[in-house]
Amino acid sequence: MNKPDTDVLKIGNKIFHNRLIIGTGKFSANHLIPAVIEASGSEMVTVALRRMDFQAGEENILNFIPKNVIVVPNTSGARNADEAIRIARLARELGCGDFVKIEVIHEMKYLMPDNEETLKATAALAKEGFVVLPYVQPDPIIARRLEDAGASAVMPLGSPIGSGRGLKARDFIEMVLENTNLPVIVDAGIGKPSHAAESMELGADAVLVNTAIATAEDPVSAGRAFALAIQAGRIAFISGMMMERKTASPSSPLTGFLNEH
Amino acid sequence: MPFNDVLKEWEDFPFESFIRSVKKENIRRILNSDRIQLLDFLSLLSNSATEYLEEMAQKAHYLTLQHFGRVIQLYIPLYISNYCTNECAYCGFNMQNKIGRKKLSLEEIEQNAVEIAHHRMRHILLLTGEAPKITPLPYLKEAVLILKKYFASVSIEIFPMLEEEYKILKEAGVDGLTIYQETYDRLIYDRVHLSGRKKDFLYRLEAPERGARAGFRSVNIGPLFGLGDPIREAFFAGLHADYLQRKYPEIEVSISLPRLNEAEGNFKALHPLDDRHYVQTLLAFRLFLPRVGITLSTREKGDFRDSLIPLGITRMSAGSLTTVGGYENRNGALKETPQFEIQDHRSIEEIIEVIKSKGYEPVFKDWDNF
Repeated sequence: MNKPDTDVLKIGNKIFHNRLIIGTGKFSANHLIPAVIEASGSEMVTVALRRMDFQAGEENILNFIPKNVIVVPNTSGARNADEAIRIARLARELGCGDFVKIEVIHEMKYLMPDNEETLKATAALAKEGFVVLPYVQPDPIIARRLEDAGASAVMPLGSPIGSGRGLKARDFIEMVLENTNLPVIVDAGIGKPSHAAESMELGADAVLVNTAIATAEDPVSAGRAFALAIQAGRIAFISGMMMERKTASPSSPLTGFLNEH
Repeated sequence: MPFNDVLKEWEDFPFESFIRSVKKENIRRILNSDRIQLLDFLSLLSNSATEYLEEMAQKAHYLTLQHFGRVIQLYIPLYISNYCTNECAYCGFNMQNKIGRKKLSLEEIEQNAVEIAHHRMRHILLLTGEAPKITPLPYLKEAVLILKKYFASVSIEIFPMLEEEYKILKEAGVDGLTIYQETYDRLIYDRVHLSGRKKDFLYRLEAPERGARAGFRSVNIGPLFGLGDPIREAFFAGLHADYLQRKYPEIEVSISLPRLNEAEGNFKALHPLDDRHYVQTLLAFRLFLPRVGITLSTREKGDFRDSLIPLGITRMSAGSLTTVGGYENRNGALKETPQFEIQDHRSIEEIIEVIKSKGYEPVFKDWDNF
């Protein structure tokens, strides 16, 4: 398949050719992770700092991630900005690099991110030189503020985490897409490759998938399916092909007469 | 409204007639619904639901994968003292039992910690009997500080405390509180707790909330099946978990479903819960509270534990001893009186293999010193 090589995604100072980001929290075996990465071609994975075990030697989850893949530690477990900041600093001290995904959740029933605290943590960490990827409820205003605060991307949720319901927040994600200059990574709720393709067709820059791949019977094939769907969606988006539009564009325009001689 | 008042409102509910009135159609509707309400939960505990066990299990399995993935968090208990001033009819550490009493010195706690940490365990549960004069707060705090050197997460399962006392342990590094009400039936509670501070039903009932306010990250509650009527016990425990989750949304609430087994003192269960109804209860909890963790101890037999893994369990103990200390000298520990009889004697390594063979990743560390 021809992939437009010039179509790259830049986050921080890193260049990505693949637009699938894989979450690692729910796999049935850590040794599946390298196979999923290989089959999907993913170049970026997220790992919760709370799961990293530097005393576990070879069994530490980080040892299952190929060296050429960017590891983005996430701040899972943080209930407010201060905790997210502490976790991010700890991750950097432990050698996880400058990328960090900010996840601030303080209610365990729906696990919805707290946009306000996330914004605070983003501002503080961006000042410290982190490449900050904040996970938020899709809202064009917060996207703007995150951009001003120095975020390197914005990660709106597609639908509640783990739900696999797809783009329930589609309209709001579109508003985010229309109002930010940051790369937009759709995160959470992506249950099927078609959801991922739909996100890319809308113009998202990347998609993060965890549950749908990790809990599939065959996670390696599922990873590949998502990668292909994301690629298809991306190519469709940049091809300028006719997609669903909010306003009609009829083949016989009503103002066509103005152009007639 | 305090939970005690919520509980009182439900105590007079006509459980028997409600349960008798549940029909198969009700169960089918509930199984097709995305939102399971409190009375639906009660319906799922009824006999009409027993024949839908497989459907319940399929849904519970799916929900657990969705919310927790294919992982099982592991932990190990460490009893540091069996001195106790309570007289609980069902417990091996009952003050009336003529057993060897022991309290670990700080050095012994450290020896046990070193041995346990050798086996990769990173989450530990610290337990004691209730004897505040022998195991006072400063001793418990020292114990926690030692354990924090070796473990990513330290939880406690000790006598109920005041919020200020919990705060001191939280500051020392405790992140999780486990406290079982044992029974939500006030009369039976009074009958089986013959003497001691534990006779105070309300002080225990409100302990999870004091812990939540003190800042613990996770609170694990549960009834001890075998004391009260199992359907009521399950219902009240579900009511309690749901109450805690709503009132303290930042807390990770989890539940345990321990069943009485043989303990020193030959206490026979007043209302035994058989395997089939145990499974039904577990599944009803998962369907009612899809994001609540479910903890499984070694009170249950090995093969039964293995079968429960895909049904909604999220956390298991492994390689457990319920004697005081004993990890530094397992052979010696076998001769001592446990708090309860362990039914699953397999080693940590064997449990790891079983979890993997079931298609799950054993997770040793899922917390840190944030």
